[in-house]
Amino acid sequence: MVAVIRRSWHPLADTAIAQGHDSGHGAHVSSTGLSNNKLAMWMFLGSECLLFGGLISTYMLYKGRVNSGPQPDQIFDIPFTSVSSFVLLMSSLTMVLAVSAAQRKDDRNTTLWLTITALLGSTFVGGQVYEFTAFYREGLGFTTSLFGSSFYTLTGFHGVHVSVGIIMLMALVGMISRNRIPGDRGETVEMVGLYWHFVDIVWIVIFTLVYLIPS
Amino acid sequence: MSTASDQSANTEIIAADGEEHHGVSDKQYIVIALILAALTAIEVSTYYVDFGPLFMPTLFVLMAVKFVVVVSYFMHLKFDNKLFSYLFYTGLILALTVYVGALSTFKFFLQKG
Repeated sequence: MVAVIRRSWHPLADTAIAQGHDSGHGAHVSSTGLSNNKLAMWMFLGSECLLFGGLISTYMLYKGRVNSGPQPDQIFDIPFTSVSSFVLLMSSLTMVLAVSAAQRKDDRNTTLWLTITALLGSTFVGGQVYEFTAFYREGLGFTTSLFGSSFYTLTGFHGVHVSVGIIMLMALVGMISRNRIPGDRGETVEMVGLYWHFVDIVWIVIFTLVYLIPS
Repeated sequence: MSTASDQSANTEIIAADGEEHHGVSDKQYIVIALILAALTAIEVSTYYVDFGPLFMPTLFVLMAVKFVVVVSYFMHLKFDNKLFSYLFYTGLILALTVYVGALSTFKFFLQKG
């Protein structure tokens, strides 16, 4: 009955079912012939644009609303944040080199580049923690002003995304070293890579709109 | 009947020496990263050098270029199936439209300073 319904619903359904069985050892594919995992990841990243778009818009709206506490241009340390941005940008390079190594089935270089990416990501998060601490000491708490609330929410959400990415990277290194990745290893590394690069492009936007453009 | 590996073979270029994937070699990735670093340096220079009326356009153009370069080359969207581009850019354009519209209702773009 299910097969009949599927057949009448879409002419490619038979192909999709057959492909699903054929590629049982590797990535599952949709009726388009594309990887389900990859489709889901791109859809997730598209939806993440809406999340960060909302947070960035809120910040843009509230960055000038400072009734008490320091103004943005009084506390931002552009040289320090520039170095953090450069570190995150370079982590995108090491991530893409890890993906490239994984597609060549070069486990040694894959784990090496993944570890370096995680270290660069940790450096970025460490810098953010330092920055938050410095801002707090200068009088900018989460509830000090609308600027403070929207700034900490936006950059905090981004920091959490980077932290989740680091956990994913380290989990991937552990799984590769124990040979516990089912299916296509190259695609698995690529999925984590897509997430990591997305975190990087969000920071490209935040760095310009939040730090470089004054209120 | 095509399999997943056949499909990926259509969208990926894998050289005989195994160096290239998605049509970009490791050396080219490094060159792209250096270009991104240079663009970031120009962005940071706007903080120290007075660009006058070109300040905002310069920053927005540099931001857009960096964004597209990372998405196209590091995320391989330029070489992958177009459906992935549609999924991602639909979310991005929807976000831009909704939030520019929302900010307009607050007269955000009319505020000075």
